[in-house]
Amino acid sequence: MDDVVLTSEDKAALEELRSQLDRYEKSTANLIPILQMIQEKVKFLPPAAIKMVAGFLEIPSSQVYGVATFYNQFKFNPPGKNPIKVCLGTACHVRAGDIILENFERKLGIREGETTEDREFSIDRVACVGCCALAPVAIMGKTVHGHMAPSKVEGLVMRVQIEREKAERERQKNESGQN
Amino acid sequence: MSQGKIKTIDEKFGAIFAEAQRRKNEREAKPVPKIHIGLATCGIAAGAMETKASFEESLAQRGIDAQIHPVGCIGHCYAEPWVIIENTEMGFPPIFYPKVTAGKAKMLTKLYLEEGDPRLEHILGAMEENEMIPTVWEFSRFSEEKRIVMNLCGKIDPDDIYEYIAEEGYVSWAKALKGTPEELLNLVKDSGLRGRGGAGFPTGTKWEIAAKHDSSKKIVICNADEGDPGAYMDRTILESNPHQVLEGLALSAYAIGADTAFIYVRSEYPLAVKTIQKAISQAEEAGLIGKDILGSGFDLEIKIFQGSGAFVCGEETALILSMEGFRGMPYPRPPYPAETGLQGVPTVINNVKTLALVPPIVKNGVSWFRQIGTENSPGTAIFSVVGNVTHPGLVEIPMGISLRSLIFKICGGIPDKKKFKAAQIGGPSGGCLPEEFLDIPIDFDSLIEAGAMIGSGGMVVLDEDTCMVDVSRYFLDFTQKESCGKCTFCRIGTWHLLSILQRLTIGEGKEGDLEKLEQLSRDIKEGSLCGLGKTAPNPVLTSLKYFREEYEAHIKEGRCPAASCRPLTAFYIDLDKCARGCDACVGCCPVDAVFTTSNRKKGIDQDLCIKCGECKVHCPPDYNAIFKISPPHLAPVIERPKEEKETS
Repeated sequence: MDDVVLTSEDKAALEELRSQLDRYEKSTANLIPILQMIQEKVKFLPPAAIKMVAGFLEIPSSQVYGVATFYNQFKFNPPGKNPIKVCLGTACHVRAGDIILENFERKLGIREGETTEDREFSIDRVACVGCCALAPVAIMGKTVHGHMAPSKVEGLVMRVQIEREKAERERQKNESGQN
Repeated sequence: MSQGKIKTIDEKFGAIFAEAQRRKNEREAKPVPKIHIGLATCGIAAGAMETKASFEESLAQRGIDAQIHPVGCIGHCYAEPWVIIENTEMGFPPIFYPKVTAGKAKMLTKLYLEEGDPRLEHILGAMEENEMIPTVWEFSRFSEEKRIVMNLCGKIDPDDIYEYIAEEGYVSWAKALKGTPEELLNLVKDSGLRGRGGAGFPTGTKWEIAAKHDSSKKIVICNADEGDPGAYMDRTILESNPHQVLEGLALSAYAIGADTAFIYVRSEYPLAVKTIQKAISQAEEAGLIGKDILGSGFDLEIKIFQGSGAFVCGEETALILSMEGFRGMPYPRPPYPAETGLQGVPTVINNVKTLALVPPIVKNGVSWFRQIGTENSPGTAIFSVVGNVTHPGLVEIPMGISLRSLIFKICGGIPDKKKFKAAQIGGPSGGCLPEEFLDIPIDFDSLIEAGAMIGSGGMVVLDEDTCMVDVSRYFLDFTQKESCGKCTFCRIGTWHLLSILQRLTIGEGKEGDLEKLEQLSRDIKEGSLCGLGKTAPNPVLTSLKYFREEYEAHIKEGRCPAASCRPLTAFYIDLDKCARGCDACVGCCPVDAVFTTSNRKKGIDQDLCIKCGECKVHCPPDYNAIFKISPPHLAPVIERPKEEKETS
């Protein structure tokens, strides 16, 4: 977990956290709410944040890790710009949600719970988003895609890549225009 | 309670109630069409926000004055995103439109709201009796339900407390405050209400233990830590009618004498958290919770605790530990939380549905409640019926009706002319019931007798294409990951169970595996402390009992009878049916496993195939040339032609 590379934004968010912590009473009962607050701000729990919380509550880091790893909510990898969540609730499983997950994994070359190196995509599995009638379901960013199929996986990933390339070209055009 | 206090409560609540009625009348008197849109998580997922935006845009474009009324979820998932359009000015009854996409919203604005044609081909039915349009009540998905908890879900705006009060909300709360806590406690005890969280423990008894305790501080908790991967009714209720839950929670606090209440809700349910937060502040503003409620002298503070997602935290002792900032690992009972719970004080923990049932009981009385459902399981049950079923969604039914009527009559049976195979009830703690159990009544005791349980209320309907071994493996995979690790049998036993099941699904089963599964399952049940471990082997045990031949086929023949386990199946192309020159399967294959043979027909390279079934879906129905077979070696071999020479 130490190999997580922090971006400058991550570091800035962590700095800001120090002041946020003082709002909380120094009690173990606040451990989970504090971790939730950090995850909300930084989007994941970097090792530095764990140490900071342990120092603040005056408990060992191992205890903070113990609690954080126990609950599904907490992430230790930075999420991608396009977080992908594949629903593996019962209804989606029955309608082959695992094949959808597998296709995302193969297409992006990462496993569930991981993020691509360029921090563009991350894959997570979730248990039931509650639109079982649309099964199998995948969520990309904030959009829910129902009735997923392996060929749609390809399309979704490609769309993001094309849009990125388009934005890149625009940017280059603008830059060359200014010069 | 003194007469003076009763008078104050009546006056204070009377004023709030009158204000709610005034707002309701004002809303209804406005002579404009009203568009009700379901905007709970499930509706939003299906695109209800786009539908709403499209209505707003096209209404503005055409200069039509209409009221858009955001409501919660009605439970009819197959119809999402749905709208109900009330256009009485044009002489139509309220009409239910299913699957209203953004485009359909535009069309309805133009053709119905502007030109007065309700486009009958797009409707599900009218919501009221009339002489023009058949009603939805002729449809058994609507008429066979009995809604007590979900009665107002999808009818009122969850963000507006007055809409709930106008429908006689908080009437029970005012009524209870005029009486003593003992009266309320006895009422709940007499009603025979049983906890809807899974085990079915009598609610009144639980409350009594805490009520009798002489501690000066007591706590009540609403358990909304819904963890079953196939159930979402708690979230729906919180998002669609949060005040009924708050009212129930307040009633439970009054009955046992607690001044602090918590709602333990998953942080993965952001909309539910937001809705309930708003509901609490509105109830505080109205003086329905807080200090000296309605002048009765009773104080109650309601707070939210966001759970972080651990299935085991549905167990009350684990829930308490997680609120104290530890890993949620259950501890032995007694002492029960009702005696020593959170922070060491008596704590009563009730499920969302249990609490939401309390206000109607207080309002309508014990005999009304007792006549619904069965002798030992009075009231209603809510199921989220999903899987291979025509009309999936949330269904609230009186206890005691048969599984057959729930699945076939209410939910429309199995789609695509497939055969029913089993119903998996109660999620990871429940069991699979085959066809011969379709006629048993649904209540706490009958289901446990059959080997399943109501549990979380998740129900997955499985058709003939589902492999029971794979379903068991799926649930075991879930419980194994969610086991907190405290009890050895649960921690290691489920791991072994899972690895045996995994072996079966890839065709490496051995003689004696089934006996080992049974033995291990029984040991895990006996050697585990909490409900998670005690019920984790249920999916395995019931499917072994009722579908043993499927397990045997996996072991002895390496065959998956449902052709669902991927390592045990193969896809092949029937060359007699395949059409020359059609490239549908080649184009859709994500791994380029489909190749063209020398006579321009197609074949599948079994080494590359990942068995996603995409080619089978894309093969035009005129040819229908792709087949699935198990075991895989039965698939005819089609040689891939030698690499064609590059033509430069």
